Amino acid sequence: MTAVADTPATGPAGTLGSADPEPGPEETGREQHPQRPALELVPSSRRADVAATTNLTAEQIEELGRRLDAIRDRILAERGACDAAYIRNVIGKQRALEVGGRALLFAGVLPPAWIAGTAMLSIAKILENMEIGHNVMHGQWDWMRDPKIHSSTWEWDNVSSSAEWRHSHNYMHHTYTNVVGKDRDVGYGILRLSEEQRWNPYYLGNPIYNVLLSLFFEYGVALHDLEVEKVVAGEKPLSRVWQQLKSIGRKAGRQAFKDYLAFPALAGPFFLPVLAGNLTANLVRNVWSHAVIFCGHFPTGAVQFAPEQLEDESRGEWYVRQLLGSANLDGGRYFHLMTGQLSFQIEHHLFPDLPSNRYAEIAPEVRALCAEYGLEYTSGPLWKQYLQVLGTINRLALPNGRR
Amino acid sequence: MFRSAPSGRRLLAAVSRLTTPLLPEDFLTLVDPLWSTTSLRGRVVARRRETGRAVSVTIEPGRGWAGHTAGQYVGVGIDVDGVRYRRSYSLSGPEGTDHLTVTVQEVPGGVVSTKLVRDLPIGTVVELEQAGGDFTLPDPLPAKLLFVTAGSGITPVMSMLRTLDRRGTMPDAVLVHSARTPEDTIFAAELAGLAARHPSLRVVLRHTSVTGRLDPAAVDETVPDRAERTVYACGPAALLDALGDAWEGLRAERFTAPARTAEGTGGTVDLGGAPLEVGPGQSLLEAGEAAGRVMPSGCRMGICFGCVLPLREGRVRDLRTGEAHGEPGDLVQTCINSACGPARIELP
Ligand SMILES: Cc1cc2nc3c(=O)[nH]c(=O)nc-3n(C[C@H](O)[C@H](O)[C@H](O)COP(=O)(O)OP(=O)(O)OC[C@H]3O[C@@H](n4cnc5c(N)ncnc54)[C@H](O)[C@@H]3O)c2cc1C
Ligand code: FES
Repeated sequence: MTAVADTPATGPAGTLGSADPEPGPEETGREQHPQRPALELVPSSRRADVAATTNLTAEQIEELGRRLDAIRDRILAERGACDAAYIRNVIGKQRALEVGGRALLFAGVLPPAWIAGTAMLSIAKILENMEIGHNVMHGQWDWMRDPKIHSSTWEWDNVSSSAEWRHSHNYMHHTYTNVVGKDRDVGYGILRLSEEQRWNPYYLGNPIYNVLLSLFFEYGVALHDLEVEKVVAGEKPLSRVWQQLKSIGRKAGRQAFKDYLAFPALAGPFFLPVLAGNLTANLVRNVWSHAVIFCGHFPTGAVQFAPEQLEDESRGEWYVRQLLGSANLDGGRYFHLMTGQLSFQIEHHLFPDLPSNRYAEIAPEVRALCAEYGLEYTSGPLWKQYLQVLGTINRLALPNGRR
Repeated sequence: MFRSAPSGRRLLAAVSRLTTPLLPEDFLTLVDPLWSTTSLRGRVVARRRETGRAVSVTIEPGRGWAGHTAGQYVGVGIDVDGVRYRRSYSLSGPEGTDHLTVTVQEVPGGVVSTKLVRDLPIGTVVELEQAGGDFTLPDPLPAKLLFVTAGSGITPVMSMLRTLDRRGTMPDAVLVHSARTPEDTIFAAELAGLAARHPSLRVVLRHTSVTGRLDPAAVDETVPDRAERTVYACGPAALLDALGDAWEGLRAERFTAPARTAEGTGGTVDLGGAPLEVGPGQSLLEAGEAAGRVMPSGCRMGICFGCVLPLREGRVRDLRTGEAHGEPGDLVQTCINSACGPARIELP
């Protein structure tokens, strides 16, 4: 981390591109699409902040890394039947909720049944995507060697396909966390969430794009795997995109058929209430997961990084980047469950493959370590963090806006 | 559940449009775990203590269970402390029963055998594979049979004897069985009963605490017409090795892998996902399982080919011979091959 302070300020986008093994957009000599919110970088104004937040020596950083490793090793050694029972219990309850919700929706002409059914289905979809799907696909439960609860086989109730998502999320986002231009979760290729993304008039629509992304978040996630700007830059063959599009299309088709045709049709005369219930549940899930995920990395306090941070990054420095780039959400047990324990975003980013039910237990230890090393441990209630994120999105719509 | 009927399959396909991305069985198994349509499962319905360190476990299989031929084994997957382990156990019950029975003797420090013997609640659900193995009696039966068994090696032979007893066609057969002590002899009383009921069956029980370990010479002494008999043997590797060296045409069932001669260098293997470090002397199967991969497996000792995966790049080392081998496209047995340098193997 101290190395960051020593490196010269980030150069213009072209310089970045040449430091990168992949040719940057500029090097291809192609014209940028005017509409593309390209991940075009401008010099960072935040390097000083980063250095100031981490006034640690290289030895201190490595010592912190070892102490975090010790926490991880302890949980790995303890992992066992209780953890296995936890995830099986959540999966069982989630499926029961889904069956119950869909059954109630068949009686959806009665408003109380519609409300209860829609609520149950929404909760089931949120649990499936957050506490179960996201975490299973991270490999958090692979140690059980149960082929039914395994990252290599899990397919989630979401239009983006597991395989694509595992690449863009597990690899790109967790490796390059909050590194602008590398971590595609910074803005999902649509929004401007960092001053280091060069402003253009397209971004005047930032707040509107955010509302749309929130409502259709599952599609946003699916499409952000396409990396369209790489195609524009000629770095990714169209054939690969076509292949991905077909896969997204197949998955989206099956999802839409189930929620918007098959179940409503089964309800016969009550087609419309069931359709409305399913649509609402999908929207609720989208808005909720968007809020939780954006609050994990973009509230004030969560730090963004320049690509040189990645050069020769040590284990300790990696930990520190994960710590500073993430933000937690305060709440009770059921709130944490509904966020898929992403309310422990910091712990999740430090230890992405530890079983999620353990994050709550190690959070106080991580917080204490942060206090000891003078690192900021960002945490706050959802509403407050979300207002900060919205504020950032609104400010960055303008050319001179600051995060 | 709907395994056989085509109309059932069509119904299943239609219902899976409603359960996508899950399968109907993911909901059905919440009601009864045995209602899986993609994997065979069973439920422990009874346990019987055989000796101080062995129990017989009776399992009710799901509807897909195709039964077994006496002498075969079954693959069992069971969770120990939250982690799924897969092992083979010979079926000890007679052919043609609805439930299947295995008899397990505790191996000191053994993960699965200790769990099965000491701490297996009734109702536990296990993963099953169809019965396999060719340690079975031919049809028609040989005129004269000899069974040589030791310790838990009695289990496949017990299934044969129980089956012959049920059919009422006991041929001329001798069983020479060795256990540590009389108390440690699995099925002692039942074997005595069988011998009493069938004049053509002779049972010789030996105890290593009294007469020492069983060897070919000792069997020859007890069974003078041994050379005229078709011999089936099951027991510790040392006994089977000695019998195999001494006699021609022996049919043997091994429970343990032959000693690993080779250590080799190990290497980094790409199974898809994060690369895997395979230590010297460690099998690909062990390394994969330790990393949480779901690896196909069976006997875990190089016999059943239930563990083969296609090699895509590099070579592997056979732990039995120490030989490095393999061409891209070869199906390699992961249970008895280790790495020798970098390799890529396709795990579906
Ligand atoms: C075809 C086949 C049929 C089998 N049938 C039976 C059966 O009917 N009854 C039965 O009890 N077992 C049977 N086994 C053995 C069984 O599959 C397991 O290997 C055994 O229960 C030990 O497993 P574990 O998990 O307890 O030991 P592990 O934790 O795998 O091993 C612990 C230690 O014990 C050693 N070890 C493993 N197996 C044995 C063994 N059999 N004897 C001595 N040392 C061993 C290992 O090398 C290791 O050092 C059979 C094996 C095969 C391949
Ligand atoms: S598991 Fe039987 S040959 Fe490998």
